[in-house]
Amino acid sequence: MSFFKIFKNGIVDENPTFRLVLGMCPTLALSVAVFNGIGMGLAATAVLIGSNILVSMLRKIIPDEVRIPCYVVVIAAFVTIVDKLMAAYVPGLHQVLGIYIPLIVVNCIILARAEAFASKQTVGRSFADGLGMGLGFTLALSGLAAIREILGTGTLLVAKDFGFEGFRLFAKENAALIMALPPGAFITLGLVLGGLNWLNQRKEAKQ
Amino acid sequence: MIEVLVLIFGAILVNNFVLVRFLGICPFLGVSRQVDTALGMGFAVTFVMGIASGITYGVQKVLEYYHVEVLQTLVFILVIAVLVQFVEIVIKKVSPPLYQALGIYLPLITTNCAVLGVALLNYNSNYNFILSVIHGIAAALGFTLGIVLFAGIRERMASAPIPKALQGFPIALLTAGLMSIAFLGFSGLNLTGFFEYFAKFDWNTYQAYLVNLFN
Repeated sequence: MSFFKIFKNGIVDENPTFRLVLGMCPTLALSVAVFNGIGMGLAATAVLIGSNILVSMLRKIIPDEVRIPCYVVVIAAFVTIVDKLMAAYVPGLHQVLGIYIPLIVVNCIILARAEAFASKQTVGRSFADGLGMGLGFTLALSGLAAIREILGTGTLLVAKDFGFEGFRLFAKENAALIMALPPGAFITLGLVLGGLNWLNQRKEAKQ
Repeated sequence: MIEVLVLIFGAILVNNFVLVRFLGICPFLGVSRQVDTALGMGFAVTFVMGIASGITYGVQKVLEYYHVEVLQTLVFILVIAVLVQFVEIVIKKVSPPLYQALGIYLPLITTNCAVLGVALLNYNSNYNFILSVIHGIAAALGFTLGIVLFAGIRERMASAPIPKALQGFPIALLTAGLMSIAFLGFSGLNLTGFFEYFAKFDWNTYQAYLVNLFN
């Protein structure tokens, strides 16, 4: 498999959110605004790339019996690095994401990729897989966030950290607040997954 | 006393772990096909979260003593993983029936973000040891309430005619969304006022109030 194929595999064919349905907690909790979604997605991508590369480098050294605890330590180290970097350079976003940044440690996507891919492949391929999976997660998260932000508040791309007020698409009074509240997360993800299933089934029926 | 009651009911109803805070979604969607298994998972999580809250409180104090708070995430997740293993071994020796009931759920709990989540929330809210344990248990009871109710609905849905595209995860998420709307109603609850009213409840004033009402 070429690097590009591995990269594309993470974004489209095995999208962690829509195809593998992994890492639901941050997806549901942080899809309120696109800016939060991108922030969370990039934080997870950084951890995923770092842990994939390191696990791949250490794959011949780590004994098979204790591999899971070793992966967890590697992942936790990268999560701590990302956490402290974000606290220093984007404190506003860090505050909004709150406990979900340290919770990247228990995000199933990262452990799943370490176990299923990085522990068997070369460093370069693991990097491509980490980047692809991470961006797939980021795109899925920001896509869901875009739906919720538009329907829930009537704005798009509000980024208070960078002093950007976002685009107002319609008046706040006309927005459905429920989409920005917790129920909106479940309903949006449920409908999007259902819609993708429907498209797939239609494609299969045609073939 | 009132703060404790507010903390307990707040954690169960207002800030429900699965439906409002989105912690522990994996077991919520994965182990909720039958009420029995959901109940088993709920008890296992309650057990582990109560103990984990207490232990991570102590661990945090040790980290602060040595000025290595940076290692918080790393140490917490390892402590929780070891704790779950330890609990599994102890239950197996002490109470085989309990092990039979909880055994299969225990390994799944290590990757349950609710356990690490409650430890971090306890730290962020500056709870002392007792409040941490109470918060841990109450949050887990909220999780149990959510997952058991959800399993009850899913049991009935198993025989319902669901459109093919929505079967599986999508319909489960839509159901959870409707439950979440119901739990949103609790966010308007004035728990402090409610418990203060009962704490200050005086029978004579109430009688006088009733007499006034009917005269």
